[in-house]
Amino acid sequence: MSRTGSDVLVIGAGAVGAAIAYFCSEAGLTVQVVDRGEPGSGTSSRCEGNILVSDKEHGPELDLAAYSLGVWQEDLEEHGAAWEFEQKGGIIVASQEQSMRSLRRALEAQRRHAISVTEVDSAELADLEPHLRDDAVGAALYPDDAQVMPMLVVSHLLAMARSRGAEVLSGREVTGMLHSGGRISGVRTPAGDLHADAVVNAAGPWAAEIARFAGVHLPIAPRRGYVMVTEPLPPRVFHKVYAAEYIDDVGSSASSLQCSPVVEGTPAGSILIGSSRERVGFSEAVNRDALRRIAANATSLFPFLRDVKVIRHYHGFRPYSPDHVPVLGPDPRADGLWHAGGHEGAGIGLSVGTGKLMAQALSGAPTDLDLAPFAPERFGEPTGGAQTIDEGDDL
Amino acid sequence: MAEPMTAGTAPIGAVVIGAGPAGLAAAAELVRAGTHVTLVDGSPRFGGQYWRHGAADDSPSAPSPRWHHGWSTYRELRDTLLGAEHAGHLTHLPSTHVWALDHGHAGGFDVHVAPTSEAVGPQDLCTIAAERVVLCPGAYDRQLPVPGWTLPGVMSAGSVQAFIKTQRRSPGQRVLLAGTGPFLMAAAATVLQTGARVAAICESTDLTGWLPGGASAALVPSKITEGAQYTSLLARHRVPFLRRHAVTEIRGEDRVRAVEVSRVDAAGAVVAGSARVLDDIDVVGLGWGFVPQTELLMQTGAETRLDGDGSLVGVVDGSQESSIPGLFLAGEITGVTGAAGAVAEGRVAGRAAAQSGTGRRRDAAARARHRTFAGAMHHAHPVPRRWEDWMRDETVVCRCEEVTYEEVTTARDDLALADPRSVKGSTRAGMGMCQGRICGFAMACLSSQSAARSDGDHAAARQVSNRPFAMPLSLGALAAEHTDGEQPGSASSR
Repeated sequence: MSRTGSDVLVIGAGAVGAAIAYFCSEAGLTVQVVDRGEPGSGTSSRCEGNILVSDKEHGPELDLAAYSLGVWQEDLEEHGAAWEFEQKGGIIVASQEQSMRSLRRALEAQRRHAISVTEVDSAELADLEPHLRDDAVGAALYPDDAQVMPMLVVSHLLAMARSRGAEVLSGREVTGMLHSGGRISGVRTPAGDLHADAVVNAAGPWAAEIARFAGVHLPIAPRRGYVMVTEPLPPRVFHKVYAAEYIDDVGSSASSLQCSPVVEGTPAGSILIGSSRERVGFSEAVNRDALRRIAANATSLFPFLRDVKVIRHYHGFRPYSPDHVPVLGPDPRADGLWHAGGHEGAGIGLSVGTGKLMAQALSGAPTDLDLAPFAPERFGEPTGGAQTIDEGDDL
Repeated sequence: MAEPMTAGTAPIGAVVIGAGPAGLAAAAELVRAGTHVTLVDGSPRFGGQYWRHGAADDSPSAPSPRWHHGWSTYRELRDTLLGAEHAGHLTHLPSTHVWALDHGHAGGFDVHVAPTSEAVGPQDLCTIAAERVVLCPGAYDRQLPVPGWTLPGVMSAGSVQAFIKTQRRSPGQRVLLAGTGPFLMAAAATVLQTGARVAAICESTDLTGWLPGGASAALVPSKITEGAQYTSLLARHRVPFLRRHAVTEIRGEDRVRAVEVSRVDAAGAVVAGSARVLDDIDVVGLGWGFVPQTELLMQTGAETRLDGDGSLVGVVDGSQESSIPGLFLAGEITGVTGAAGAVAEGRVAGRAAAQSGTGRRRDAAARARHRTFAGAMHHAHPVPRRWEDWMRDETVVCRCEEVTYEEVTTARDDLALADPRSVKGSTRAGMGMCQGRICGFAMACLSSQSAARSDGDHAAARQVSNRPFAMPLSLGALAAEHTDGEQPGSASSR
């Protein structure tokens, strides 16, 4: 078979796939992006568009978050308005002395990693967020936390990639891998085979399925979350505001429902309210309990919300990685296959840093960050009970 | 209110959602068959949109309101249901919205209800557990954007009629009705009966689309009678009926003053030089057919299809049962057929939901006749394919979020967005208070480039119909939602 394919074929046209496509085409590689739906129709359009450093534990994820923030602010600065980049800052609120002490410990660690954070007392907090409950004991302010409109990020990154020669094939589902000379050489789709030197798995919560086509184990699983949207209001929430418990929930691996309040305004006036985490596979059945608890949490943080109307809710499936660290780079178990996934709830924020690093690696250039901590093979092969966690999630 | 029913001695009840023609008919059949019914409706009185009326019209001595058709059918259904309520076989929850419908555990349904602002009594959210549900949510006017349509005085044709049915006066003194379909004539007749004037009716088609299906009208003699009444009334009042005409601009500063109408060809393209201005208009009623209210249906995950008029509707079998066992659909939600067809469907659905044997043959036959008639009507009154030609860059498409035609088409073309969901996510069109109820059809037309795919239009229609909350709710009420299956007030649970 004569090979007429691209240098890079990206599976998944979400924020991560779009960023990889853009940076690869910028680096002069020929790129195809394939998605079974429309661009951004998966997790990328079911989130809040957060670019956060505040909720990251120290370690590789924080390094990637800080790196990606630099890409948003510098490499992509001129496009900020196109995707409504807004550096509004994040505030973590402690309601009790005990949570304030935990928060202080967390921010000390973050400061050592050069994260910009200030402790604020209850009086300062009342100035920053006048409509917040008035009994909070203190808070931490992260001025670098930002937000974008995720669909605009995906659409513009793909448009930018297209103008550099990339091709976006939507409505084409990958159904298998092509093999040639002992390596992965492309993908199978019902509308024909697509050949490429490198196949990048950026399928988000569906990444495990793609990996399975290549015969490799990648324990990425969906972790469902709800967001509720209020009627448009004059600005009354000025930062991304969340409770100290949120950090624990992000870092937890429990599969049962966890809810912690996250409240933020948007340029359109709607307030976005989260958050919930539950591992229920790709279930579409509405969890009314989750919605009630999110509403109760939000009204407890911002009492004025009790009389505010909520007009929509949506849910998305975060690509959950067992150690909360993304998988980035080539898969030594399947030559020609690369992964960029497992960003869990941080995929929008981490997308552009991921895209830039992946493009460096795919063009054989040295990467700005060492990819070793993100190695896809680090989870090993499934052994007995450990593997069944993954299977159980799909129930 | 009825006493709680004792488990084991009474049949487990059904919930009927909507008290319009279909819902009333379904509820009447259910109570006749001995099934306890909880009838939930957003209005304070029975009747729905079609038989919308004031409190005085329900008094036993009241004459038939002159703008109503089939009032005797309404009275008969109402009296059956009032009797059932008195006997404890029916619980009527008026002024109550259903904001979510879950196909719940154990095959049953959870009907999530909330009181409307008109409701008396507790304002809490409650959940009603039901073994069977008959969903009859009706439809509202389909709208297309046109320059000037955001001016005060521009309404839907249905709102003009609803205003008159409840206020007993016309919203304007010189009303222009425009769009397509026989409903424009019905709305015009209602206006004339108040003594107000109708400046003109603009019908975008030339009505020749009726010719192939014309015979179907003979199947429904009441439609012919009704049509003849309208025609003679309009002639008596010398109302100009402008075929192949569309409103291409609505003018005014603070409110509607004048309307530009243009001749259009079969596809809806404006005939050059044909525009003329009609002055002294204070209300414009626009109607391009109807949009069935499918949000609750979508929430259940039941199967849908695209009907002949481009509406998203539920798939039903011969007994009006959806793809979800126990969920029955009747009325416009299975295809826009009008009130008489809805009554026939409601009767079939009610008997099937009561599990009282097969439906009556005459109900099934009436349903078939009305469906045939509706098919001919949809064929004769299509939305003109080229309505987009009437747009200007600055014309607002999404009124809630004030998104213009230019913003929508720029996103679609420059960002290569191929479906309404993507365009919505990039422009916010359809994200506001009405959640795309008004602009949904237009957005599906404007942003669907995936129509080449076999299910493109159906998929687009589903995207603009997806509303996980069927109505806005306060966060405080949601946080305090009762979860123990209790109904509001002293209403009986099953």
